[in-house]
Amino acid sequence: MAQKRIVLDPVTRIEGHAKISIYLDENGNVEEAQFHVTEVRGFEKFCEGRLYTEMPGITQRICGICPVSHLLASARAGDDIMGITIPEAARLLRYMMNSAQIVQSHALSFFHLSSPDFLLGFDSDPAKRNIFGVIEKFPDLARRGIRLRKFGQEVIEMLGGRKIHPAWAVPGGVREPLSEDKKQIILDWIPEVKETTKMGIEFFKSYIDKNKDVVENFGNFPSYFLGLVNEDGSYNHHDGFIRVIDSNGNIVLDKVDPRKYYEYIGESTSDHSYLKFPYLKSFGYPGGMYRVGPLARLNIAKSMGTPLADKELKEFKSFSPNGVVLSSFMYHYARLIEILHCIEKIEEIVQNPIIYKGKYRVYGGVNKEMGVGVSEAPRGTLFHHYWVDENGILTKVNLIIATGQNNLGMNKTVDQIAKAYIKNGDIKEGMLNRIEAGIRCYDPCLSCSTHAIGQMPIKVEIIDKSGNIVKTIVRD
Amino acid sequence: MSVVTLKIDDIECTGKVGQTILEVAKENNVQIPVLCDLKGLTPVAACRLCLVEVEGLPKLVPACATKIQEGMVVKTNTEKLKNYKRMIVELLFSEGNHICASCVVNGHCELQDLGYMVGMDHVRFDYLWQSFKIDSSHPKFVMDQSKCVKCTRCIRVCDEVEGAHVWDLRGRGINVRVSTGFDEPWGQNKDCTQCGKCVQVCPVGALFDKNATSSEMIKDRSFLQRILEGREAKIWVR
Ligand code: SF4
Ligand code: FES
Repeated sequence: MAQKRIVLDPVTRIEGHAKISIYLDENGNVEEAQFHVTEVRGFEKFCEGRLYTEMPGITQRICGICPVSHLLASARAGDDIMGITIPEAARLLRYMMNSAQIVQSHALSFFHLSSPDFLLGFDSDPAKRNIFGVIEKFPDLARRGIRLRKFGQEVIEMLGGRKIHPAWAVPGGVREPLSEDKKQIILDWIPEVKETTKMGIEFFKSYIDKNKDVVENFGNFPSYFLGLVNEDGSYNHHDGFIRVIDSNGNIVLDKVDPRKYYEYIGESTSDHSYLKFPYLKSFGYPGGMYRVGPLARLNIAKSMGTPLADKELKEFKSFSPNGVVLSSFMYHYARLIEILHCIEKIEEIVQNPIIYKGKYRVYGGVNKEMGVGVSEAPRGTLFHHYWVDENGILTKVNLIIATGQNNLGMNKTVDQIAKAYIKNGDIKEGMLNRIEAGIRCYDPCLSCSTHAIGQMPIKVEIIDKSGNIVKTIVRD
Repeated sequence: MSVVTLKIDDIECTGKVGQTILEVAKENNVQIPVLCDLKGLTPVAACRLCLVEVEGLPKLVPACATKIQEGMVVKTNTEKLKNYKRMIVELLFSEGNHICASCVVNGHCELQDLGYMVGMDHVRFDYLWQSFKIDSSHPKFVMDQSKCVKCTRCIRVCDEVEGAHVWDLRGRGINVRVSTGFDEPWGQNKDCTQCGKCVQVCPVGALFDKNATSSEMIKDRSFLQRILEGREAKIWVR
């Protein structure tokens, strides 16, 4: 009897390893490298049959680092199903919570996860290349970074009653306004966190001055950039319109109501990853690949809308002749500028009396059979799309998450690094560290959901022309 | 004689004729877990969480539905009872789909409290993961079958207090469901007065206000007390 071989690969759950396949040509040079996301989570399926009002509470459990993003996108999808416009106080409060969320998540990404690479060097002792190593060598910066994250977390808690998974935003607005006694606590904290962010920025700028090669090799490639902006093109991380630009800075889509995203964005699947690959319909797949997240948001924005961040945005844009920064390494810089905007916004919003006194929640029923909620998560634009029956029971759910949209970008980044570090079948030292840092530029959920401290567990398979695995490098 | 003396967990207690073991235990600060019982509604002894041992009786008896008798010796907390009660709570969890994290009554749920009370750190039985329906056809309330523990409080309050008898049980065994007459959508039921009493007495997140989101629903049962007091004071008797 003929033998049949069934290969299950990638195996689900890969024990938290980022799996990467590198394909070599006849001469042992890299033909293609792929980054796999092998986790499949059934959220879209098991939400069917539930009520749309439950979705903020359910979907925020998708992530422990950015629950707020899902909470807000989901509440917005609920607003849409109800066919209502939320009160201004609720809009501001939601913007404030999203700002706090971006601060805490970016602070974690920059100070806890990525700064060890810059401060201590990519090839420094891995046992020390973590936040503890940073604390040892740069105690002040490390302490400040940790406090910056704490600031974001505490603002979230002041608004939502808890730091993680606050079920605070609801279809129709928010459950509670900010209590007035919190105002001064927040204002007193602002100068310190601004200073910390500026220190981070100075530090990062001096790093890239000295390490031009890193900027060159880390996912430096053209792509479209997608994100939300206000109607006038200024930065908005929560309730703006979709704008897409190409790598030359030409606006290819603008003022698109995010609730109509599906007219412009398609989703493709691939054999090597469980993530869906979204692309711009008008450019097809894979030509219409785009990047989202901090880099994209800054590339598409004309201004930041707050003074300190605006000043920094000008410098950021000056890194490229046409104002569009292509290197994925600059995600880090973009993150810091976003933190600055968010701090300034929080400062502005807490001083607006409407958030303490205004109406913050409205009620309504099911008025539409479909609703879309969009918000900028720290890692990129997040889409929640729900279909409901006349009683609000979900019949279909589609979620497009940031990491999915950056999937193509991450693949390209890994590909570029692999090409720079593998020549004629010879793998140069330090490749793993560079790949790790390359992936970390995008701050995919994976990097935090696995091991925040220490190294990212990676499995790299190198495959020759005839499909044989010639080498497997595993780092746990 | 209108006074009865008995022993509950070695405490000498007295009670009035006609009182239940549960009532006297409560008066003497002996905690007995309950789920189906609710003051103001006829006891049905459906959940079996209040089971106690009575000396001389071969079977365990439900404290909520057993009247006290002179000289009774009651034990509420033996190893056997503790074991049974934990098992009952575990079975309730494994039968429904109780996802506390996103439930509307998270933090204010009697089933959740029972889990803590009986020390349920995990469920030893396989979850059934049955597929249940949510009925959100009513303009004000929602019925989520996946959380229902079949305590029948809703049925009793609607029948005995509101007098509408919208709800009843249908099906057998594991397929028992609380349902409206002819199992029509709640929103189409002509008897429902939209009073919300069933929602307030439901111990879990099976019945809730339509706009409630996770952890937001806090039930208020004070109306039952007011009605009881009114009945006692005969304020509705002409
Ligand atoms: S719906 Fe609530 S009150 Fe009614 S039987 Fe089920 S759990 Fe009890
Ligand atoms: S409380 Fe007595 S059987 Fe339920």
